[in-house]
Parts: sequence; C-alpha cells; structure tokens
Amino acid sequence: MQANLRVRRYDPESAEQGSHLQDYQIEVPDHFTVLDALMKVREEDDPSLALRCSCRASICGSCAMTVNGRASLVCKTKMLDVAPDGQAVLVEPMNNQRVVKDLVVDLQFFWGKVRAVEPYLQPRGEEPEGEYIASNESMLNLLTPMGCIMCGACVSACTVLEVDKNFLGPAALAKAYRFVADPRDDETQQRLESLNESSGVWDCTRCYMCVDVCPKGVAPMDRIMDLRESIIEAGMTNTPGARHIESFARTVAHSGSLDEPMLAIDTWGRTNIIKLMDNAMLGFRTLRRGKLPLRSGPFHPRRPGADAVGRIFKRLSK
Amino acid sequence: MKYAFYPGCVSRGGTPELYDSTIAVANKLGIELEEIVGAACTGAGVLQEKGLKLGDTLNARTFAMAERMGLTTIMTICSTCQGVMAQANKRLLDNPDYLAEVNQELKPEGLEYTGRIVIKHLAWVLVEEIGLDTLKTFVTNPLEDMKIAPFYGCYILRPSNALGTDENPGRNEYLERIIETLSGEAVNFPGRLQCCGFPIMLINEKNSMEMVGKHTHNAKAAGADAMVTPCPLCHLNLDGQQPKAQAQRGEKIGLPILHLPQLVGMAMGLTPKELGLGRHIVSTKKLLSKASVRA
Ligand code: SF4
Ligand code: SF4
Ligand code: SF4
Ligand code: SF4
Ligand code: FES
Repeated sequence: MQANLRVRRYDPESAEQGSHLQDYQIEVPDHFTVLDALMKVREEDDPSLALRCSCRASICGSCAMTVNGRASLVCKTKMLDVAPDGQAVLVEPMNNQRVVKDLVVDLQFFWGKVRAVEPYLQPRGEEPEGEYIASNESMLNLLTPMGCIMCGACVSACTVLEVDKNFLGPAALAKAYRFVADPRDDETQQRLESLNESSGVWDCTRCYMCVDVCPKGVAPMDRIMDLRESIIEAGMTNTPGARHIESFARTVAHSGSLDEPMLAIDTWGRTNIIKLMDNAMLGFRTLRRGKLPLRSGPFHPRRPGADAVGRIFKRLSK
Repeated sequence: MKYAFYPGCVSRGGTPELYDSTIAVANKLGIELEEIVGAACTGAGVLQEKGLKLGDTLNARTFAMAERMGLTTIMTICSTCQGVMAQANKRLLDNPDYLAEVNQELKPEGLEYTGRIVIKHLAWVLVEEIGLDTLKTFVTNPLEDMKIAPFYGCYILRPSNALGTDENPGRNEYLERIIETLSGEAVNFPGRLQCCGFPIMLINEKNSMEMVGKHTHNAKAAGADAMVTPCPLCHLNLDGQQPKAQAQRGEKIGLPILHLPQLVGMAMGLTPKELGLGRHIVSTKKLLSKASVRA
C-alpha cells in the first residue's frame, strides 16, 4: 500500500520558526504499523526525523505519539486501520508535554507526576523474616494498574492537564491507586489525605479520554473513581467533591431526580457566602429567562416512583 | 416509530427549552414518544461513584419499565444519560448472574429486566432510524451560509466499547452529517470531541471555565455562527457559564449554543418561540436574523 504520512516537525535549533508539517509518501507492505512506516522514512528518506521507540511490540511504552489527533502507541497502530484507502495520516508528538524534537517529547513532566505519588511500597513495623506475604485475592485488583507501561498516552489525552498543569493526571493517579490498594503498604491514610487535596482525585472531569486511549486497559479514570470511594470510606468527606456526591445522592433518593440548585449550594458549602452571592447573579439571569428550577430544597417535587427509588437507595447505598 | 422516551432531569430542570423543542421536532417528524413515567435519574456517573450496583439498579429499573410499556428502544436527549445508560446496559447484559442479582432488587415493585432494551440518543435516531434522506424532505428553511460547530459531549462518545462507536465509527460524525443535511456548514475545530468541563464546574470552577472559554473561542475562531450540542449538561456550561468564561479569559466570545432539536427545528420551519430560542444566556438574536433572511 501507499503510505501518506504527514508529520509534525520541530527543530529546537530553529525554534523561532515553530513547527511545520512535512509530507512523506512511501510504498509499504500491508502489515506495516505507523512505526514501521516512520522508521522506513527515517532509514531511506530522511535521517533527520527524530522519533523514539524500542520494543516495537507494545511493551516498552516509548513510542506514544498522536495519530490523527489520538494518543496511540505507533507500534500498535496499523497503517491499514488508520488509512484503509491510503489517506494522509497525521502524526504528531504527544500533547501536554514539551516537545524536544519532532516526535520526541520530554518525559520529565510525566515522571515528575508519578514521583509525586511516592510509587514504592512503604511498609511499617517489623521487617518479616522472608517475603511480605499477600493473598492472591487481595492482589487481584492490582493487575490492571500494574499493567501500565508508562507510555504517557493518557497524559497526552487528559482534558484537565490541557488547562491545568498542576493536576496529578491519569497515570500518576492510577499508580497511586496501585499502592493504596496494596495490602502490604501501611501509608494508606497519609496517601489518601494527600490525594484528597487540590490537584488530586477531585479535579478529574470523568471525560473517559484516558480510558479510551490507554493501550493496556489500565482505565486510569476508573482507578481515580476507586480512590474517591476509598477517600469517602476513610471519612474524608469535607471537600466540595465529596459533598457533591453526597448531595446528588440525597436529592435523587428523596425525589427520584436531581435538584440542581441544591446540588450547587451543598457542593460549595452552605456557609460559603461569597460563592453563593457570586452565583446568585447567574441565578438572576437564568430566572429572567424563566429557567431556574425554583422548586428546590424541601420544595423539590417528588416524582412518581420516588418511594421505590428511595427503597433502592436504602438497600444499596453504603 | 414509537420510542420509550427518557427526557432526563436536566431537560425538565435547567434546560426546559430542550424538552419543548424535542417534542416539537418529534411531532413534525412523526416520532411517537411515550415518556417513561416514574423513571429515576441515571446517576450521571456521580451516583456510580457512590456504588456501581446502586446506579445499575436504578437504570435496570428504567429499562424494565420501558419493557413493561411493550417497547424495545429508549430514546434519550442527553449525552450523559445516553452514556451512563449504555454502560449500565452493557454491564447487565455481559453478566447474567449480575442481572439476576439486580433483578432481585426490582422484585418489590413487580419489575424485571429481561435484557431486550436498546438505548439511542435522538442524534442516532435521526441518522439510523429516520434516515438523513427522509430528514432532508422535512427541511423547509435550509440553513444555507450558516456555520455550525458540533460539540458532542464525552459520554455519547466514550467509553467507545459501550457506545458502539467501535462497530459504528460514523457515530462520531453524526452531528456533521445532520448539519449538512440541514444545508448548513459543519465547522471543524479542535474541541469537538472533548470535554466541556461541566462535571467540575462546582468543584474547580477555574479549570471548568478555562475549558468553556477555550472551546467557544476556538469554534468562533474557526468561523462558527453557533455551536450545537446533543448534551444539556454541556449546554448548561457552554451557554450558561459563557459570561463567566469570557470574564476569566478577558475576551468577548458571544457564541450561541443550540440544542440539537433546536437546530433541526429551525431548518424545519418551527418558530423561535416553539423552540425556546429566547431562553438562552447567550443571545440567539443575531443568529436568528441571519437564518430568517431566507425564511
Ligand atoms: S477522565 Fe480524568 S484523568 Fe482521565 S483524561 Fe479525563 S480528566 Fe484526565
Ligand atoms: S495508564 Fe495506560 S496510557 Fe497511561 S501511561 Fe499507563 S499504559 Fe500508558
Ligand atoms: S444524567 Fe444528567 S440529565 Fe441525565 S437524568 Fe441524570 S442528571 Fe439528568
Ligand atoms: S462534555 Fe462535559 S457535560 Fe458533556 S458529557 Fe462531557 S463532561 Fe459531560
Ligand atoms: S516501541 Fe515499545 S511500545 Fe511501541
């Protein structure tokens, strides 16, 4: 097949010019991956093209780039799948990270986040004679986060990192879960406390980007939700995030449907006067458009079936 | 065509114009909607954080109610409802033991979910069931010269294994197809498949506003006269919070945000009043005058 690659190039030595796109056309066999095609270009066409790879088998995690805007391991992405009719394929470096040259990004940012969650076992107490023993069952839920190959695809795709570089981000939070859930670790409480702070678990928008792009099924967002659950179970409920869940549940349990104004008031905290005043302005604007649901709080209408819904809540919420 | 209609909380709360315009458009197109009375909130992914089984049970209850109405397809008008229900359905159907366990919880109400429900957003109903060719025959007021930026909302796209976008990749371009069918021009901009930031609006307002500002700015910069979304939660943020996002960015944006049925209704000659186009925070006046030049 004919491979049409459109590659974003950037040379730090002529940084003032910014990046530009360069097209390459080459003949490749049908089984070629995007990485195979890029390497062929580098070997036969243009030795100046910078890219990073090693295993070529989705194991080492070094070849993540964006392909047609989607963060992917290029060694796991077939040319035929992204360009069945020989269309141009746009290959660019990962997002949210500083580009060093062409398709190579600086991984300092990625590793800095991972390091911040102290990604190593911290057992307290007496050192055992032999190994630290853990039962098979207690380790089962660690299998998914341990599959992470540190490729950075999720960090490239993360919606929040795009607007806020302080966010811990999907890979580091999935790694944090891996240690929180490890029965041999004794720093769970302290880990949860720091994950509960700003830039931690509550800043995720639940956009599923990281789940969709992760080549290893780590599903970082699901691990973040697990952490939120652990944080609430550990009794740390005085954050806007935790109040948001509780209030949502309370209003649905009461009436079967969501009470939007109440949700806002509870989430900000009922005594947060500044926030409430600030948003009263929006309230006025929506009111003028006849939109603000006025029957809120105790006046929130109970929908038919609310009793049945309340019963389900009573039985199933912890 | 008859559907079990699940309007969701927001179309009956913060965005009533979505509910009204859906009914108006359905009537015109001959889509028969029977509302699932007494169905609970889907949980919006928030209750699912509290307990997956709790959320799945509430949704199984809704599915069972639709089955009891003798219907097999639930129509949603919210990306979030669509995604949350599709995920719940997948979990229930993938695991018969789990379904049986959940059904135990529905027994007191005399309900049982047998697993026959399909959930489709209005956008999918328009493309997959009505068909774009048929839709075209209803267009009396083509949206020529109008540039519309599509904004999907996360949950109608992801996770792709629950939303059928793997088998049906076209679903990620349905809004473009619909806009073109109405004779408008679909504007491409970087944020079309991204998140509007609504879920953290109450938790990290600054980041949420940054997202609203970025997407509306980029769509406008790409030439859009308006943005269309199939998700009322996106609408709450992109329209309702746009003034705040503008203030944070220090820049006037003023991009009208339309619900999908409002856009379709405009092209079918429904009046701005019927479509609730006066009930937005960002005014739709300029847009309407552009559209009615040819009316
Ligand atoms: S789900 Fe959360 S962590 Fe994952 S990409 Fe979205 S915002 Fe980032
Ligand atoms: S979680 Fe997945 S996408 Fe993120 S770094 Fe690990 S393997 Fe890569
Ligand atoms: S998901 Fe959102 S819009 Fe849908 S029913 Fe629940 S709160 Fe309402
Ligand atoms: S775009 Fe925002 S509001 Fe819409 S579904 Fe995604 S997160 Fe929810
Ligand atoms: S080259 Fe190792 S993961 Fe792609």
